[in-house]
Amino acid sequence: MKDTVLPPVYLDNNATTRVFPEVVEAMLPYFTEQFGNASSIHAFGSEVGGALRQARKSLQQLIGAEFDHEIIFTSGGSESNNTAIRSALLVQPGRDEVITSAVEHPAILTLCDWLEKHEGVTVHRIPVDRLGRLDIDAYRAALSEKTAVVSFMWANNETGTVFPVDGLAELAHEVGALFHTDAVQAVGKLPIDLKSTEIDMLSLSSHKFHGPKGLGALYLRKGTRFRPLLRGGHQERGRRAGTENAPAIIGLGKAAEMALATMAEDSARMAGLRDRLEKGLVQRIGHCFVTGDPHDRLPNTATVAFEYIEGEAILLKLNQAGIAASSGSACTSGSLEPSHVLRAMDIPFTAAHGAIRFSLSRETTVEEIERVLDAMPEIISGLREMSPFWSGDGAQPDGFNPAYA
Amino acid sequence: MWDYSDKVKEYFFNPKNAGALADANAVGEVGSLSCGDALKLMLKVNPETDVIEEAKFQTFGCGSAIASSSALTELIIGTTIAEAKTLTNQDIADFLDGLPPEKMHCSVMGQEALHAAVAAYTGEALDEDDHEEGALICKCFGVDAGMIERAIRTNKLTTLEMVTFYTKAGGSCASCREPLEELLADINKEMVAEGAIRPEEAYVFGSAPRPKKKKAQGFVIPDAVPAPMPPAQPSAPIQIAMPAAAAPVAVTEAPASGLSAAKEAILVAKIIEEMRPTFRRDGGDVELVDMEGSLVLVSLVGACSGCQLAASTLGGIAQKITETLGRPVRVMPVAKA
Repeated sequence: MKDTVLPPVYLDNNATTRVFPEVVEAMLPYFTEQFGNASSIHAFGSEVGGALRQARKSLQQLIGAEFDHEIIFTSGGSESNNTAIRSALLVQPGRDEVITSAVEHPAILTLCDWLEKHEGVTVHRIPVDRLGRLDIDAYRAALSEKTAVVSFMWANNETGTVFPVDGLAELAHEVGALFHTDAVQAVGKLPIDLKSTEIDMLSLSSHKFHGPKGLGALYLRKGTRFRPLLRGGHQERGRRAGTENAPAIIGLGKAAEMALATMAEDSARMAGLRDRLEKGLVQRIGHCFVTGDPHDRLPNTATVAFEYIEGEAILLKLNQAGIAASSGSACTSGSLEPSHVLRAMDIPFTAAHGAIRFSLSRETTVEEIERVLDAMPEIISGLREMSPFWSGDGAQPDGFNPAYA
Repeated sequence: MWDYSDKVKEYFFNPKNAGALADANAVGEVGSLSCGDALKLMLKVNPETDVIEEAKFQTFGCGSAIASSSALTELIIGTTIAEAKTLTNQDIADFLDGLPPEKMHCSVMGQEALHAAVAAYTGEALDEDDHEEGALICKCFGVDAGMIERAIRTNKLTTLEMVTFYTKAGGSCASCREPLEELLADINKEMVAEGAIRPEEAYVFGSAPRPKKKKAQGFVIPDAVPAPMPPAQPSAPIQIAMPAAAAPVAVTEAPASGLSAAKEAILVAKIIEEMRPTFRRDGGDVELVDMEGSLVLVSLVGACSGCQLAASTLGGIAQKITETLGRPVRVMPVAKA
């Protein structure tokens, strides 16, 4: 492979995004000039307070919340998720069951495992089909008067599959349960209008839509009973103690404004590029397929499973070609488990291990997509030549039967 | 991204001996459930001499799995079957200048494929496979859940301390304490159900006594200072040993050990060199950087740097040097120049 002098192609925007220069510019004065604590009475503090109010309003617009005080700033998506689930359990004595899906982010699943194991909570993990769509019948069957909270992600981080959260929230309310959604991958990419839904709580993260890291928010519908996770000062109306991360909040506000301003055109363009990428890969490379629900998914996420080879090897070769993507493979994650999302979708292990996620942003160009399309065939064929499941002219999945230890 | 050595990268991007070997007369096929990797090793062995004349591999796996497979073929080409049988996974890892702890199983897979191929050639039955499987719990010592579970079941372990004694898991930085506790509690619970231990013996999650505050090691001089306290050594330039009569200055400046600074430095270098294999086994390494008076400067790399392993291992080195030189020294980690 030739060394490339072209600038790197970043297609891992579901992991994190570049902070927009406009966002950085908006944040900078709040580190040095307007460094006051918004809680202080003096002028240093009150100027910051005004900027925080503006940022809160920008985020309110982005998610279509009815009131700006329905937003609680947190340290990120994980804190928001932990806060929401724990609060929902605490405010509903007598209800000790949680319903979630098998394909949630670890920020939900690991918490649920803990609650189940150590805090006497019953957890229902609703399965998905081969396209990653929720089994609604299983969900209905799990709902009961014991359900404290239902938590389904808005959009899946690995496949981009979108759950119909509006309807799922209505079903939860039929049994009197609270409904939370982890919308970390959806906010900034999909139009959201919370005031027209029955969603009680929503988690979001700033760095997934070109804001700074270390900041997120929990939307808490007005009137929803709540117990804070962090107690201390009166910040966020006593619902999340700790001095506001003013520069980050202001950055988030700016990022929210920018996302909302061009969301419709960005979505259409990203979806076009995503389709071009997927079609090109499937046409040029055999034995691969697109994962997720083709009818309802994020405009920016393409996860393609390449059979008979392993994801980390593909990523290393892509990295050498100046292309950054990510993988559902076991070996890139640090744990040795392959992606729980792809396994829940019943994707065979020889394909799940070779799944590569390309996640686009509004900055992704058609030239970048073409570079991926040019680089991939050689990478895949090179690795397949080394694979015991492959032999010269094609797949030989049955010719190799290793003794599994 | 993983912290792969240059050699791992080299053997991944430009693997040697990849592909099928048409006229192979010994083939080993193995897979590892822990990460879904699989390896087919093909050998061409000369039946007259038992020498492996050609070796090729096909691997379904990550970068380090491919590099380990390629390294394996390089190591065994030209050796006899008997020699190849003695090869261990550590030899493969060493050949690649080390593997990240989570990736050591890739080298284990190589060793297993070799054993399978050798067994196929000699017609011997394959040894019972006992290599470790499951999630890696202790990263400092590379101990996984399978090994810990076996140790707990075989020896009826019911305390965290005993688990650490038997497996080393949790014996260093202790960041794996929570998963270790969970594992012990779960397995004990199963053992109670099976009747292997009494319910009151079983470990209950969260019931471990608080770890005793260990006295700081390595960075402080122990309380019991060997008397008489030798004067701290100024950072004297290393002396070339002179004939005793002609060098009164060197004698007065000699450290309490009675050795010249140069001899001391040689001894210290030797001690550290002797200890290096131990470090390498755990995926790290240590090197002597400098010695000034009572200060021994070393550089730690690999699994040792970053892990709190540093505090206790440096303590160990300091103790050994102190014993040898007969005066207290401090061992401090520094960035390699």
